[in-house]
Amino acid sequence: MTDYKMRPVEGTIHFDGAQATKGFNFNKMCFSFNNEDARQAFLADPEAYMEKFKLSEEFKQALRDKDLNKLLELGGSIYYMAKLAGIFGWNMQVIGGMQSGRTTEEFQAYLDSQGRGKTTNG
Amino acid sequence: MAKIIGGITTSHIPAIGVAIDKGLEDTPYYRDLFAIYPPIREWLNEEKPDIAVLFYNDHGLEMWLDKKPTFAIGCAPEYENADEGWGIKPIPPVTGETELSWHIVNHLIENDFDPTVCQDIKVDHGATVPMTLLWPNHTYQGIKVIPVSINCERHPMPKPSRSYAFGKAIGDAIRCWEKDAKVVVLGTGGLSHQLDGPRAGILNGDFDNYCMDKLVSDPQELCKFSNVDLIEKGGAQMVELAMWLAMRGALGEGIPEERLRNYVSPISNTGVGVQLLIPKD
Repeated sequence: MTDYKMRPVEGTIHFDGAQATKGFNFNKMCFSFNNEDARQAFLADPEAYMEKFKLSEEFKQALRDKDLNKLLELGGSIYYMAKLAGIFGWNMQVIGGMQSGRTTEEFQAYLDSQGRGKTTNG
Repeated sequence: MAKIIGGITTSHIPAIGVAIDKGLEDTPYYRDLFAIYPPIREWLNEEKPDIAVLFYNDHGLEMWLDKKPTFAIGCAPEYENADEGWGIKPIPPVTGETELSWHIVNHLIENDFDPTVCQDIKVDHGATVPMTLLWPNHTYQGIKVIPVSINCERHPMPKPSRSYAFGKAIGDAIRCWEKDAKVVVLGTGGLSHQLDGPRAGILNGDFDNYCMDKLVSDPQELCKFSNVDLIEKGGAQMVELAMWLAMRGALGEGIPEERLRNYVSPISNTGVGVQLLIPKD
């Protein structure tokens, strides 16, 4: 039998069919946050909103804890989790810091440490 | 006959759209990035393409996980965009070009590519940020756009070699369209970045520049990579190289002239590359 499992990459969870299956309801909820009314409804009553999308208790607790790595492990997709940023006022450096165990400032410094400035032939 | 007059690669990161909204183009953080766009716009103003074929990836606006096409092509007279949840202001609709869209669809299916055909889709920042960068202040409304999306969100994603071949088939379709039209092809997204997990924040400027070199001279080298290879080298979202490869495929097999290049890193969490390639006749 052919094995289509992807080669593991450290610190990375490949968002594949197995993850997408586990995370479908959560990602569906996050997808709803494209709509401003939905964002307001979540903020007004997060527990009721999570229940409406039938999230598992594990998902609910991870979201209450804002534990992004746990949400990824449970099947969250970063593209949908990014829509939480609008609700909680995060940007991608805040999110990067939360996931890599750094403050936002430390995460920015980490990005800058790999930076290349400008290279151009234009 | 229609002619492809150039290919442009550009990032589409939302932070760039927000920077435009807030007028931050000339601040120290953004200055080097935005510096490349005036010469590209100058080229566009001189060459005046009629149509832009735009390779992008949808990030959960129109094509979410319930029905996620691997390859999709727009065949609509107009494309709206909308609130994505975190702050870029929607822009006025982009004009479509249905006749060439359907010609490409016919050509693709005749040549064994089977994309999802979309008569009514919204396009997200993957398409609107590049349009705003290249045709600022809503001047893009003078150009007709054909959006072509590639799944970069959920594995399995198309292999890099397949995205290149898909782009090549679209290039062939454009070149055999009987109408006189100048077409520019846009490859958006990339380069190195990873948004998710403990490895978030990885950048790889050496690899980004290697990819930009090979994109010009020898794209087949890039087609040897698997998506996992790209993830290892440039982070989980390095797979967006798919759109660059599709653009390059559309230019045809000869080595194009690299008219302009810019690389700035980091912008937001991303190594940002921009290139203008001119195919040789």
